[in-house]
Amino acid sequence: MNINEIQNQIIEEFSTFNDWLDKYNYIIELGKNMPPLSEEYKTDNNIIEGCQSKVWLHAEYKDNKVFYYADSDAIITKGLISLLIRVYSGQTPDDIINTQPWFIEKIGLHENLSPTRSNGLLAMIKKIKLYALAFKEKNKQ
Amino acid sequence: MDEILKLRNDFPILKQTIYKRNIVYFDNAATTQKPYSVINVMKEYYEKYNSNIHRGVHFLSDKMTEAYENTRIIIKKFINAKHSHEVIFTSGTTESINLVAYCFAEKYIKENDEIILTIMEHHSNIVPWQLVAQRKNAKIKVIPIDYSGNLLINELNNLITEKTKIIALTHISNVIGTINDIKKVIEIAHSNNIPVLIDGAQSIQHTKIDVQELDCDFFVFSGHKIYGPTGTGVLYGKEKWLDDFPPYKGGGDMIKSVTFENTIFNSLPLKFEAGTTNFNGIVALGTAINYLNKNNFNNIINYEEKLTNYLLMKIMELDFVKIIGLPEKRSSIVSFTLNNIHHYDAGMLLDKMDIAVRTGHHCAQPLIKSFGIDGTIRVSLAFYNTFEEIDYLCECLKKVKEYFN
Repeated sequence: MNINEIQNQIIEEFSTFNDWLDKYNYIIELGKNMPPLSEEYKTDNNIIEGCQSKVWLHAEYKDNKVFYYADSDAIITKGLISLLIRVYSGQTPDDIINTQPWFIEKIGLHENLSPTRSNGLLAMIKKIKLYALAFKEKNKQ
Repeated sequence: MDEILKLRNDFPILKQTIYKRNIVYFDNAATTQKPYSVINVMKEYYEKYNSNIHRGVHFLSDKMTEAYENTRIIIKKFINAKHSHEVIFTSGTTESINLVAYCFAEKYIKENDEIILTIMEHHSNIVPWQLVAQRKNAKIKVIPIDYSGNLLINELNNLITEKTKIIALTHISNVIGTINDIKKVIEIAHSNNIPVLIDGAQSIQHTKIDVQELDCDFFVFSGHKIYGPTGTGVLYGKEKWLDDFPPYKGGGDMIKSVTFENTIFNSLPLKFEAGTTNFNGIVALGTAINYLNKNNFNNIINYEEKLTNYLLMKIMELDFVKIIGLPEKRSSIVSFTLNNIHHYDAGMLLDKMDIAVRTGHHCAQPLIKSFGIDGTIRVSLAFYNTFEEIDYLCECLKKVKEYFN
């Protein structure tokens, strides 16, 4: 599936919730079920410091695709990250760079993306794209 | 008590439903809500009297100036200052502290001098002093706390040297609610001829302040934390200091005469009120303080104490909650953590249950780190909060626990 198809799939999943708490309960479940990031990748280099919760992001490049692995000390943040990883991991650098995560607004979670939100999510999206850009540039050489 | 419960109706924002029920606003240490009288007076003055103060000879300017200066008198009485010109209007606590730190250092701080703070200061009462210390090559020393969050005042005798030039401390901790025995600190400081600045950001709205009785040299607070508008604040300073200080900011209104060769500065209080101030906000700050005066501030204080004790008692009943700081004397702030639940996660879910709390380090990282944690959930009360809201919070905390376990 390409990035937009995955985004549509997530929007459909979220359409079944009409209550905020149900939505967050689902995100919490996603967070709990996300495999933890191996300790060797929880380095200062991989940290995205939010004001309140920390996010670690690690990326690998295989067969012209970028694979992301991440973790957070807060479960809701972790759940949100798992959605981003589902959308962007395993895609080509070009697709990653050129596709915005518009599903976040569609499922009503854009409040988590305002610059004042201190979960580091906005910074994480930036870093996902930066990794893609870096791999793309490296590939050219 | 019924009278106090009625006051809640004066705050329109509390009638609002965000998700499912009326909002439970427990973030009063960050900012307080505004009563109708404050909101209305701002509208009224913009509609009828808006005009720059201290300048015009016309009716509107006179009217606005009168209202602005009336707030100075209201505040002078509210904190029992000796003179109204000891009340300087600023944009808030932060600007008040920056003003004192800058002016005091210009005049009195030399290389290797020492400034004493406490570990429980808000960043606003740390960073301005650090800037001064860097500029003057001075040192900062810190009064520690005990495990419960009480300030170790006796340590002061070990910290004070002949190099100590000023002590700046908070009256009430914005994180753990400790009420510091500032009177004792001031006594010790004065017996060593050291002036004291009190950060009253969290105390002005919850305790009766008498600056003459305290004998503090400076007392600062923000208007928006005492039911007034944002962008308003007060610096109280003893006349002898303020007179002696150099000006802080240059501009209009703070001068007597200006030539390119020389400027003669205005006398107090205008010497420190350069440029066009937030005069409409200052008028409304007077209205906010009058609101407390009219509604028996002592009753309000008593009610808030009962509310705080109830909150503490109810929270302690929850076995998965750990209260951070158990000081002997506490104002209306309680900070806690939940077992195995990140404060950010808890805050996000409480929000969805219509409860507004603050989570994180509350702009007091040294204090938070001293407890070996990286953040708390903070509940801070005001008189418009109710016992029922505290019950609701506890129910919701139990639900939060279920969601994450």
